[in-house]
Amino acid sequence: MASTYPGTPSSEVGGTLERFAHEVGIYFEYSTNEKVAMEVAGAAAATGLRSFAFMKHVGLNVASDAFMTLSYTGVRGGMVVMTADDPTAHSSQNEQDNRFYAKLALVPMVEPSTPKEAKEMLIEAFRISEKLSAPVLFRTTTRVNHARGVVPLGSIPEIKRKGHFEKDPRRFVCIPAHARLDRIEQLKRFESAKEMAESSPLNFVEGEGDVGVITSGVSYTYAKEWLRGVQILKLGFTHPAPERKIAEFIRDKRFVIVIEELEPFLEDEVLRIAQGQGIEVPIYGKRTGHLPHAFEFDPDIVATLSSIVDVEERKIPLEGEAIDMPRRPPMLCAGCPHRGTFYAAKKAVGKQDAVYSIDIGCYTLGVQPPLEMGDFLLCMGSSIGAAGGFSKSTDQKVMAFIGDSTFFHAGVPGLINAVFNDHRFVLVIMDNRTTAMTGHQPHPGTGRKHGEWSSEEVRIEPLVKSLGVGYVKTVDPYDIKETTMAMKKALEHDGVAVIIAEKACPLALRKERKLEKGLYRVDKEECSRCYTCVEKLSCPALFRVGDDVVIEETMCIGCGVCAQICPKKAIKEVDQ
Amino acid sequence: MKYNVQMVGVGGQGVLLASMVIGNAAMAKGMEVAMSEVHGMAQRGGSVTSTIRMGEEVISPLIPKGGADLLLAFEPIEAYRSLGFSNEGTYIVTNTHPIIPITVSMGVDKYPEMDEVISALREASGRVIPIDATELAVEEGGAIATNSVLMGAVAAVKNFPISREELLRSLMDRVPKKFSEMNERAFQRGYESASQIISELE
Repeated sequence: MASTYPGTPSSEVGGTLERFAHEVGIYFEYSTNEKVAMEVAGAAAATGLRSFAFMKHVGLNVASDAFMTLSYTGVRGGMVVMTADDPTAHSSQNEQDNRFYAKLALVPMVEPSTPKEAKEMLIEAFRISEKLSAPVLFRTTTRVNHARGVVPLGSIPEIKRKGHFEKDPRRFVCIPAHARLDRIEQLKRFESAKEMAESSPLNFVEGEGDVGVITSGVSYTYAKEWLRGVQILKLGFTHPAPERKIAEFIRDKRFVIVIEELEPFLEDEVLRIAQGQGIEVPIYGKRTGHLPHAFEFDPDIVATLSSIVDVEERKIPLEGEAIDMPRRPPMLCAGCPHRGTFYAAKKAVGKQDAVYSIDIGCYTLGVQPPLEMGDFLLCMGSSIGAAGGFSKSTDQKVMAFIGDSTFFHAGVPGLINAVFNDHRFVLVIMDNRTTAMTGHQPHPGTGRKHGEWSSEEVRIEPLVKSLGVGYVKTVDPYDIKETTMAMKKALEHDGVAVIIAEKACPLALRKERKLEKGLYRVDKEECSRCYTCVEKLSCPALFRVGDDVVIEETMCIGCGVCAQICPKKAIKEVDQ
Repeated sequence: MKYNVQMVGVGGQGVLLASMVIGNAAMAKGMEVAMSEVHGMAQRGGSVTSTIRMGEEVISPLIPKGGADLLLAFEPIEAYRSLGFSNEGTYIVTNTHPIIPITVSMGVDKYPEMDEVISALREASGRVIPIDATELAVEEGGAIATNSVLMGAVAAVKNFPISREELLRSLMDRVPKKFSEMNERAFQRGYESASQIISELE
């Protein structure tokens, strides 16, 4: 059994399971959020099934409440929790190091370095979990997740497909009296985990040299390919750290370098072990300034160690004369319904002093010029809670923008809070009928359509109305006039007002072969060259070529938003 | 032997699909392969990069600056942006068809003249292979075959460890059957143009 909420760089796991889980007898679901996914998988593991909950690093924040106590109850079937960390925050709001969750929850952790290892270590992670009756954290990073390599496949073993829950409230109902007993069990499991780490085949020494390198994850691949004359202790079972193995490794070394991305997690373990064992060996890493603290590593960063070790010779990079190159930021797609929503909101607000509380999804790109519709963002669902905070702390107008999937994920409690505490803001739910940013996964608002089961859609409008929101209006964001009018009314509403801007994501429609493409063209005679369309909308299908404005036919899907805002009505639909 | 390809382009151009064509061809030959990509924003018009490493004992998903044996650019400005992955021996294959970034269409940034971009590349490297892949693809039936032209050009690059036939086979596995003839012609055009340019370089 497997469960997730999609998030980069973990989303492809769900995409694969969505296609194949049913075929191989695995129950798989997209859960409403990561906490629910953790609970679903946790219960499955309590019935004796193998379970797998996977999510991006910040998703584990959401799921951490369940995760912490699962470490108390332990599991009966093997349970592996995959966290997909994102050093450099390529597609995230932070680059937090989730290895600390293993420490916080006292659970064993394994960390693969390559796609091949990821497959092998996942099997080992389940074995560790079953042996210890503890959930195991499977920690990956972007450069492991979004990597490809040759992975030898095995056969799918016969495992239990149906569990049965044997009641044991003493263990599984964590009231204080039981929790204290579970805590003792947790510590016993952790002691056993320490022994397993010492003899784990995932921790091994390779190479020869009097300089020691201790490394894990993708950093290992850089060290192995580019450092010379060092002996490497490669750690795959990284928590609890194999203390005796590390002590033995560092004891006779001239010095030791710890190579790891983000926090000095292993480095501090090595320092602690050296101190505890009275081993006097210099330990270099982030604490000594030999390696950077922030962002992901690459071969060039590892090569900066050339001041203390031999590094594989590298070629001299070419340098060009500086020519002014245009920047190429990502943007909302041509025909994206969010563009119309933002444009209308901006128009409705006009010169009023307004705060835009935004959320996580494609629409976060609305923060960029020329739309500039994002002022505050913390995490999934934060737009609504924060909007309430702004509305109670200021006299400014407040608008919150959230996507449909994000609304179900963590937005609903915020909206209930707004009704409960009489907040005054406009919430715009940008319902594009999918989880677009992560690759078009289903969510409660679309219903389940994969595998053996299907379900009905959870409709947003009746849900919002049932909470007692005084102003609720569903609009078509391709209709700028209607959407602007609705926003104006909502801004005047005394209380929380909700606008649902509903239009399916054109990319999703194209994937499903349901996109009905229209086309618009600029009439050169009537165009006054005011450039309102290119300057206000930033639609990738609209270009300036010389003085003219041109619509790129292969990109335009015919949403017609540009035609509506053209002051001269010079953009016209083309009959195809 | 290790051979590194750095691929660069714009979201939506099919950079990741093309990297699979090369990666699969290498795997079919029995080579080790390590690939890496950043594609969080792949569909949304931002810069996209992909690294393909093949040969013996390749495990790092990334290469150092100057580490590419081949820089394959789907867009000329992106070739220039990623020039630092090349060294003096690197072949630089680039499509010369520009994709105008939103910063330019909004009038904030300027897109340099194509001649300026190409001569800047040539100034830095003696191994630039500029191909109007989009134009050649259109001549063979449609811009959709642009990447097939580029794959053909790659097959012509000296010391590229995958043969023309092997790369073509991998490409054919990826394109819809009804377009296979058009794509094969496009591949051939790319191969011929690149061969021509490479022979002139020497």
